[in-house]
Amino acid sequence: MHEMGIMAEVLESTLAAASDAGATRVNSIRLTIGELTGIVPDALEFAFEALSLGTIAEGGALEITVVPASSRCLTCGEEFSHDAYDRRCTACGSFLCEVLGGDELVISGADVDVPDPDPGPDPK
Amino acid sequence: MELDLSRPILEKNDALAAENRARLAAAGVYVVDLMASPGAGKTSTILATIAALRDRYRIAVIEGDIASKVDAEKVKAHGIPAVQINTGGACHLESRMISRALDALPLDDLDLIIIENVGNLVCPTEFDLGENAKVMILSVPEGDDKPLKYPRIFAISQAVILNKYDTLSVFDFDERAFRSAVAKLNGAAPIFTIAATKGDGVDAWAEWLGARIEAAR
Repeated sequence: MHEMGIMAEVLESTLAAASDAGATRVNSIRLTIGELTGIVPDALEFAFEALSLGTIAEGGALEITVVPASSRCLTCGEEFSHDAYDRRCTACGSFLCEVLGGDELVISGADVDVPDPDPGPDPK
Repeated sequence: MELDLSRPILEKNDALAAENRARLAAAGVYVVDLMASPGAGKTSTILATIAALRDRYRIAVIEGDIASKVDAEKVKAHGIPAVQINTGGACHLESRMISRALDALPLDDLDLIIIENVGNLVCPTEFDLGENAKVMILSVPEGDDKPLKYPRIFAISQAVILNKYDTLSVFDFDERAFRSAVAKLNGAAPIFTIAATKGDGVDAWAEWLGARIEAAR
């Protein structure tokens, strides 16, 4: 549901960076999304299509990399992967763990077209 | 051409949340963000919390709703300052909205601000508001399986309130299964069982909150 708001931030930020770079076209935007965030990639795609209309990102691609969840146990030091439903340490059962991966909500980058510098008036 | 951006999607929200947090810390105000489904009893829990703590602390409420002023009116009727935020369709509160609400409150004359987030178990979990703690309320009629359907809200909450506990015998709510599912997600969060409209169990929750308000003063 909040994917619309998330995508609005993505586009605002990316379009501003693209504009600063002198880009005329955004071919793709790369996002890194952690699996623990509860963000639905399909909903992001939908929001991207809707919100990019009329911008230089219209018709561009959204490339989403989903980061699996992993944590480090603060009790025994074990690093382990887990799902969204059980975050306890797989070695000692402790619940005192810090998330290493899976909480990401990051704009990694974008592929843009930047026209060659204006060569000036045609000499002919 | 490749643009390397590497920036948090919510960096503007996070930056403003950090500003809110610094401003509140300077004023010595503790802020709790209450999250729950529509109808879980957020407003009733707030009224019960106010009743338990108002003799000791100066309290204000920020009410987030998609529309209407109903909840803020209920709080104001008890003589507590309340600011209503209408999100106009947005499913959660953001730090910018809280920043504006703080402008309308006498921060130096407050000890506690309770934020009532928009009724939703998904979206509010992603947005830092500048609060000290996020606390989620589940009500018994919603069912014991909610940690399995909405794991994130249980994982990020510093405490869980199980409201409408007086209806446990009426609904098929397996309290052991519920506690076990929450423990897998968040073993550190205490679970307070309350019946907000009757005041049952509110003391333990109020004591937990009171200790944190003291620490923030």
